Amino acid sequence: MPDMAIQVRDLHKSYRQLKVLQGVEFAVEQGRIFALLGPNGAGKTTLIKILSTLLKPDSGTALVNGFDVIAQAARVRHSISLTGQFAAVDELLTGRENLIMIAQLRHLKQPRRVADELLERFGLTEAANRRVSAYSGGMRRRLDLAMSLVGTPPIIFLDEPTTGLDPEGRLEVWKVVKELAQGGRTIFLTTQYLDEAEQLADRIAILHQGRIIASGTLQELKKLFPPARVEYVEKQPTLEEIFLAIIGQKEVC
Amino acid sequence: MATLQRYFFSDLGVMLGRSLRHIFRSMDTIITATITPIGLMLLFVYVFGGAIQSGTANYVNYVLPGIFLVAIASGTSYTSLRLFTDVQRGIMDRFRSMPIAPSTLLWGHVLASLVFNGISLLIIVLVALLMGFRSAAGILPWLAIVGLLALVTLTLTWVAVIPGLTARSIDGAAVFAYPLIFLPFISSAFVPTRSMPPVVRAFAEHQPVTAIVNTIRALLAGEPVSQEIWIALAWCLGILLLAFFFARMAYKKRTA
Repeated sequence: MPDMAIQVRDLHKSYRQLKVLQGVEFAVEQGRIFALLGPNGAGKTTLIKILSTLLKPDSGTALVNGFDVIAQAARVRHSISLTGQFAAVDELLTGRENLIMIAQLRHLKQPRRVADELLERFGLTEAANRRVSAYSGGMRRRLDLAMSLVGTPPIIFLDEPTTGLDPEGRLEVWKVVKELAQGGRTIFLTTQYLDEAEQLADRIAILHQGRIIASGTLQELKKLFPPARVEYVEKQPTLEEIFLAIIGQKEVC
Repeated sequence: MATLQRYFFSDLGVMLGRSLRHIFRSMDTIITATITPIGLMLLFVYVFGGAIQSGTANYVNYVLPGIFLVAIASGTSYTSLRLFTDVQRGIMDRFRSMPIAPSTLLWGHVLASLVFNGISLLIIVLVALLMGFRSAAGILPWLAIVGLLALVTLTLTWVAVIPGLTARSIDGAAVFAYPLIFLPFISSAFVPTRSMPPVVRAFAEHQPVTAIVNTIRALLAGEPVSQEIWIALAWCLGILLLAFFFARMAYKKRTA
């Protein structure tokens, strides 16, 4: 069996009466992009919070980079970075200051150099000394992702990385995520967009009503569904066709 | 973990530096925090002051300790707001998922609050000097005043941490300060308690503000302090410990 970046067994979590996770099980191999797909309220964020040590499960086990998320939380935190649903950047600091701060908190030797490299890589060098409050949505997200890369953690969690972005911003994030995956990093992302999972992920799991109801590669998932059928559907003319037809008749006259 | 402890002070330095940048980049918050107390001081000295029998020749000297407490109460509400924003924007979650000593996330804000309120109190003293405030106190009494005010600030800031972590809206995070700002009015801060009806007087004389105000007033005047300094310290330390305990609980509850 290849090395597993994430292993989850029989995970349960309830908020009072509400059962959010009811026996979630899955594993993610090292170096993969794993997409957790599910509608709003399916428990995606709860799961990501448990895996990133922000929340304790009621029962079950979760190993991240081989460490238990409860018993070895500090070691898990050394192995991961988390990018939440909303760009978690400091508005009053500049882009550079944000990155330097994270580099210092990760106890890196040369925080300034690390910051400058990432600014360059994410196309933020020009905006580096501007306060983040003046950044556009796409720039914030890029800075957010850059902050996740400080200290090169082997496992990266991205919670709905493209929610709230315009189409251009989405494409930008997709490009970055694909780059991140190079170099053996494991990426665990959640999304509610099917095309996003299709575009990015090697492996997809579908979370529904607190359980993983399907998981595998895109090809494997496609096999689960009935094969494509041929159907005959009466096609109504479009306004364009009507218009062209009328014009054509007139010309004939 | 040993590594976390090794980096405690370095992490704390980073978090404190961040909070201080917030303060110095939003000087308007310091101005807002000083406007209410300065306005009150003007109101009491130039409008009500003539009618109040405080028993002292210099009424600015009389009201200043109470004004200090109003300023600290409104100043610490910014700690609630800043913490609330951290939680709301998700930056708190980012920090919590990193290998940082967790207590530094709160201590950074708390220590920055001491700096913030120190600046705001300094501005108020300068305005009071222009209004005729004079003190006979030497270096040691002034150090005692600074120490006591720092303790009060520390206490109220830890109180402010609780709504900052638990509030559901930005308004909810700030309202805790209103009763605290109001408390000095039912104390010896602006009028002597002997003029109050018995029930109000009993409350006024046994709430923390009166003990703190009387102690600072005596120190400012260069007079010997009474037993009340111990009552003031006991109130502060008691509330500080309680607030610290509940703030930690509120922080831990986020991971439950």
